[in-house]
Amino acid sequence: MEGIESIRPLLAVAVSILAVPLIMLSSRKPNLREGWTFLAAGLKFLIVLSLLPLILDGGSYTLTIVQVLPGLGIKLRVDSFGILFALVSSSLWIVTSAYSIGYMRGLKEHSQTRYFCFFALSLSATIGVAFSANLLTLYLFYEMLSLATYPLVTHHQDAEARKSGRKYLAYIVGSSIGLVLPAMLAIYYLTGTLDFSYQGLFTGTESPLVILLLLLLMIFGFAKAGIMPFHSWLPAAMVAPTPVSALLHAVAVVKVGVFCIVRVVTGVFGVQFLQTLQLGTVLCYIAAFTIITASLIALAQDNLKARLAFSTVGQLSYIVLGVALLSPLGITGGMLHIAMHAFGKITLFFCAGAIFVATGFKNISQLNGIGRKMPFTMGAFFVGSMSVIGVPPGGGFISKWFLVLGTIESDQWIMLVVLLVSSILNAAYFLPIVYRAFFHPPGETGISTGMEEAPSFCLIPLMFTAFCSIVLLFFPQPFYSLAEQSVRMITQGW
Amino acid sequence: MSEQFPALLITVPLISAFFITALGWRSAKPAYPIALLALASALFSSMGLFGEVLKHGKVSYRLGGWPPPFGIEYAVDALNAFVLVVISFVALINLIAAKRKVDGSFSGKSPAFYALYVMFVSGLLGITVTGDVFNLYVLLEITALTGYALIGMGDKHAPLAGFNYLIMGTIGASFYLLGVGYLYLATGSLNMGNLSEIIPTIQSKQTIIFAFIFCLLGLFIKMALFPLHNWLPNAYSYSPPAASGLIAPLTTKVMIYVMIRLVYSVFTPAFSFGHPILPTVFIWLAIIAIVMGSLLALAQKNLLKILSYIIVAEVGYMVGGFWLGNSDGMTGAILHIANDALMTLCLFLVAGNFIFVLKNDRLESFKGLIHKMPLTMAAFIIGALSIIGVPPTCGFFSKWYLIKGGIEAGQYGFVAALLFSSLVNVILFFKIIEITYFEPETKDGHSLHHHVAIPREEAPLSMLIPLAITTLLLIGVGLYSKEIVTGIIQHVLPTI
Repeated sequence: MEGIESIRPLLAVAVSILAVPLIMLSSRKPNLREGWTFLAAGLKFLIVLSLLPLILDGGSYTLTIVQVLPGLGIKLRVDSFGILFALVSSSLWIVTSAYSIGYMRGLKEHSQTRYFCFFALSLSATIGVAFSANLLTLYLFYEMLSLATYPLVTHHQDAEARKSGRKYLAYIVGSSIGLVLPAMLAIYYLTGTLDFSYQGLFTGTESPLVILLLLLLMIFGFAKAGIMPFHSWLPAAMVAPTPVSALLHAVAVVKVGVFCIVRVVTGVFGVQFLQTLQLGTVLCYIAAFTIITASLIALAQDNLKARLAFSTVGQLSYIVLGVALLSPLGITGGMLHIAMHAFGKITLFFCAGAIFVATGFKNISQLNGIGRKMPFTMGAFFVGSMSVIGVPPGGGFISKWFLVLGTIESDQWIMLVVLLVSSILNAAYFLPIVYRAFFHPPGETGISTGMEEAPSFCLIPLMFTAFCSIVLLFFPQPFYSLAEQSVRMITQGW
Repeated sequence: MSEQFPALLITVPLISAFFITALGWRSAKPAYPIALLALASALFSSMGLFGEVLKHGKVSYRLGGWPPPFGIEYAVDALNAFVLVVISFVALINLIAAKRKVDGSFSGKSPAFYALYVMFVSGLLGITVTGDVFNLYVLLEITALTGYALIGMGDKHAPLAGFNYLIMGTIGASFYLLGVGYLYLATGSLNMGNLSEIIPTIQSKQTIIFAFIFCLLGLFIKMALFPLHNWLPNAYSYSPPAASGLIAPLTTKVMIYVMIRLVYSVFTPAFSFGHPILPTVFIWLAIIAIVMGSLLALAQKNLLKILSYIIVAEVGYMVGGFWLGNSDGMTGAILHIANDALMTLCLFLVAGNFIFVLKNDRLESFKGLIHKMPLTMAAFIIGALSIIGVPPTCGFFSKWYLIKGGIEAGQYGFVAALLFSSLVNVILFFKIIEITYFEPETKDGHSLHHHVAIPREEAPLSMLIPLAITTLLLIGVGLYSKEIVTGIIQHVLPTI
């Protein structure tokens, strides 16, 4: 099935790059500068949205940007899974931009122009990954994202930022050059193509050991997915300003990692092919180990953002697990979790940032009674926690539901237990925070009574994402249709 | 006029060198315009020649009208036409950027500098264009002698570095000449085309093998293949920046070209790759060069030293890729000649800008440079990404072919060495970017939270514009890799 040739996917990718010079030129007028960010974010979302109807009808868009090597081009292709991820990240960029204004101005951060420039670049790379039609294009945008986020992670330019920046690059760039690049070339050598196809690229004559090796290189090589032991860059990256942690390290960057894994598993290896080789189980155990271990580590974190980071590491592996189950329901659950976890976790990060802006607190042990001072923030925090734990009223319930059904469908009973244990652990590391905030008396930390919320540029975005989290439980569209449609294509072949 | 391109290519710069020197007795002023004009004409000729070759195939020019194998033949196919364009482009761009550096550091000697510069370029062009193995030796000496002089014009360490280069270069050239002697002994010919017809008919290969080994040994010294690299780092880092921007990107790459030319057009691929051990030995030499070049680069504290050791590693890329003997490996090696010339040019121009402003190239003096020289730093970052091999910069695509060739040939050691060197390059360059980007720390390790504005102090426009062109080309050439591969390289690859 050939897609419609259209320039719109490229526009969706490029619109935020085009905003970069405008942002730089208006560095002396902050309001105009942030205007450009909003304009780019709005346009990006609208362009992605305009692609949606055709995709929902089962069509697709393609565009070859440039043929860089014989038989291999930088090519875009919009399909249902790609647009699902593009919708999540482009919509949340708008919200995060508003939040960024409240946060960065509230804390009088330096170099805000640079911050907004690289944010825009990161979003271009993110949409580029979502719309990549082959592994080469995916790799290109993946690397672009790694480099564009480096100045954001190291924004404070101090010794700690330098240390974290090193870790960030070492893990992310190191693994992509050291593992993904050779695996990609080996795949190209073995199959002669890198274009994604749900039937898989391999002919079945390759040795299963080679396939397993390539699969492992890919899974660990996309270190943005944070599969253990390639996860420790994520907690380190929490030195970044909170909006960066929120959009990039709960949505864009880390989800690009799992997106790449899902793409490679479904579009390069092929679900059926992996089923016949029974390699799904290996992946399941790798993911399960990360899920449980990350949750246990999260329990021990006192720094709020660190706890959220380890929670993210665990939740990312839910998505990997869903795909590793190699069953329709499991994959549906994994894809949906990209959206559901995004809205839940970004809310939690927004809350952490709002608390920091309003009070300067970073640690959970300081939050006694903060719910009285910041009831809206902590209410949103509660909703976000529910979503990540996977219970109503949070939208995360839906994706977890499908994941659980997926484990049953593929007879992976141990994975069912893993999911349930992980939910309990999630509750154990989130709910005490909520309890502490609302029911503990304010201690000697000196929280005054009376409301004192963060600036409304912070508050409104977090209320909005919390609200979305609830709405998604009752009305999980268009994400559900897109996930279902992707799964239908995956099971039927492209 | 177009049939005279091969001769004009060499003679115009050579003659203009004499004019520069002659007029230089009276006034230093005309030196720069004449040099500029000469190199612009060289670029024009090589582009013309390139177009000619693409349209009509191989061009043969008889110097003085003597027919080969008696006279000297200039034989141009797609491979050397391509290399000619690279040489004349790099030489011209660096010359434009060199003006201010020359005015600043040795204004009194500027006619001498420009004359040597132009002669050096005509030597390189001659090496590339010639179809005669002895003529190649003569031109090799022209480039070498002018090169020593150019390097010797640098700072106080430069004369010694130049002397070192002189000794090693002479040994290298002698080995090559020895090889040519053996060849003449066995075949009675010096013409490349003629040699490649005679060599397959010779029954006893012993002499040819010795000729082969001596020629290659000479070239390995000249291209600084590890462990024969010792002359290079000092020569390139102590020479004046105006000269290192010419010598560093081109010399090693032209020697790689000569190696390829000797294999293709003299010893024949069937003979060269047919030897049971030698190609494997060369690949392992290349692997060692890549690993050691990268490791030694890590230990350096000066930008130019780092870049020099990266060149040592990059020589390994091309030698190893070529001796893989499959089409992907050779494509990668040839593509890398152009790509590496551009990348090295870009980074040496950057280093030139740094030295112009900071007066030194020590890493510790780079603090805050990203605010001080944002444009040069932007070029530096793109050049670094290309050396690391991040798409869509051109460095990625040659590495792509090299790795693919390595996988195809089953040379996993070579693949691992390439990946290792990419990772080391990440460390090397981000170490520098870190220094330019992060603030100086206070004693207790925490930074001052006052973000003091650092005043801008960029290099002059005459240095920024050539740098900008080169930097954009890194991406442009990367995106047009397919055209270069299918339009040029695939025509010259032999079928093995």
